[in-house]
Amino acid sequence: METVTINNNFKSEEYFINMGPQHPATHGVLRLILTIDGEIIKKVEPDLGYIHRSIEKMCERDSYQQIVHLTDRMDYLSSHINNEAVCLVVENALEIEVPERVKVVRTILSELTRIASHCLWWGVMGMDVGALTTYFYGFRDREMINDIFEETCGARLTMNYNIPGGLMFDIHPNFVKRTKEFITHFRAKLPEYDTLLTGNVIFQKRTKGVGILSKEDAISFGASGPVGRGSGYSCDVRKHHPYSAYDRVDFKEALKMEGDTFARYQVRIQEMWESMTIIEQLIDNIPEGEHKVVTKVVIKLPKGEFYQRVETARGELGVYVISTGTKNPYRLKFRSPGFSNLSLLNHIAVGGKIGDLVASMSTLDLVIPDIDR
Amino acid sequence: MNNEDLQNIIGSWFPNPEAGNVSEVATISETEEGLVESTKTEEPVNPSLLEFTKESCQFLNITVQPELLHRLMSQLKSNSETNFDYLFCLSGVDWEPELGVVYHLESTIHRHTIVVKVKTEDRENPMFDTVCNIWKTAEFHEREVFDFFGIKFSNHPNLKRLFLTEEWEGFPLRKDYVDDINMVIK
Repeated sequence: METVTINNNFKSEEYFINMGPQHPATHGVLRLILTIDGEIIKKVEPDLGYIHRSIEKMCERDSYQQIVHLTDRMDYLSSHINNEAVCLVVENALEIEVPERVKVVRTILSELTRIASHCLWWGVMGMDVGALTTYFYGFRDREMINDIFEETCGARLTMNYNIPGGLMFDIHPNFVKRTKEFITHFRAKLPEYDTLLTGNVIFQKRTKGVGILSKEDAISFGASGPVGRGSGYSCDVRKHHPYSAYDRVDFKEALKMEGDTFARYQVRIQEMWESMTIIEQLIDNIPEGEHKVVTKVVIKLPKGEFYQRVETARGELGVYVISTGTKNPYRLKFRSPGFSNLSLLNHIAVGGKIGDLVASMSTLDLVIPDIDR
Repeated sequence: MNNEDLQNIIGSWFPNPEAGNVSEVATISETEEGLVESTKTEEPVNPSLLEFTKESCQFLNITVQPELLHRLMSQLKSNSETNFDYLFCLSGVDWEPELGVVYHLESTIHRHTIVVKVKTEDRENPMFDTVCNIWKTAEFHEREVFDFFGIKFSNHPNLKRLFLTEEWEGFPLRKDYVDDINMVIK
């Protein structure tokens, strides 16, 4: 403990404070050990592992079909995209070409997942900085997407709609109609997000110039997703390493140069617009055909190493499989976006106030099961 | 840049002492540009230091000796031709009996990818140089590897368990880890 005397009268002392593991702003069981001097943050040390299930170890004894089901327990707000990552790595390893219909449906659902995740993030972000109404707006629109998911695959959150080789069932007859209804609805509602929160003076004062991350640091810390793009770092896996149907759709990568909390906020809002553009390009032209390729019941990957990157709502998810030719992977590593994004929290929070930490952490959009895999 | 060019460039940093000039290797970090120019002739790579593999992997793989790891990594990042500035995955692997670490690197400028592997047979006290002074993201990733594999990283600023408690015994992601309570064996 360091004691500093100010003006010979008052003493300032560094002390520790626990934020979490049940703090509402940490959105899960994340504990931050803060070293603070007055209200100035000197150090942020995350304490992890409250809900670590060792999914990587479980994968070593599971078949590839089972592994798909484990992945939506990581980043539960991007469950469809996580499933897709494992399916793609298996399909690439076995050199299976999935039907066009599967690629398009997967892409539409991935983008719906992204909008749903960003809706939830937006609602909670507003709540973190003191605007309670956003929560209800965000959840209202997210509910419509969850209804589409439920009709498509029976689940609202942990979808498990992807299987190695395609989709578990064909899409519901209402899928196209309801997705279009949602897009029409959301195109009218998304501007409300801007009028309610983005333009708000208090909100802008809380976020502009707070938690600044430079582009060099973003790359060095392995930032990805909206966190990297808010710092002007072009890191969209959909652009640089296209998978599924992303090579045939036209969309802009949302980039902001400022690197502060407000820039990361704007990137996510912009991404929702872009996601709608992607869905609109695909929804009318879902190719006819089979919804899956029949694979062997016991999937054995050839001997070797395989890596697949996908863009979840939080950033780059990597699946690294080492196979020895058996029905289980020898080693399976998930490179989760939240883990790398959390590592830069100390860097952007030091020197700021506790309130700024809450605002910065909201735009990192941490999902704790994604970090505690 | 394609894999062959990458392999030639990286191989030229570590020339075979029998075929090349040994004294050049010592000054490699000082005159990297000049050295790359001067040794671009197809010089055989010293097989005891580096090993390239492409079979059954989608990226170019390099297996490097632990003592050369840090030098190779800082070269990979700082050299303007390779410029691997994005460490996107760092995984510990138990190859039985060897323990090792796999680094996935990408260049955000040239958009090429490479995989660097380092292995040791010492299971009691495995130790590699840290790379977190090259890529800051490595600090957390190396702590995760230490937590689950017990691989130590020299010069790491804060090497302690990340997910598990300090009292935890053993390293769960090793293949020889036994835990009758928490592990279900099928």
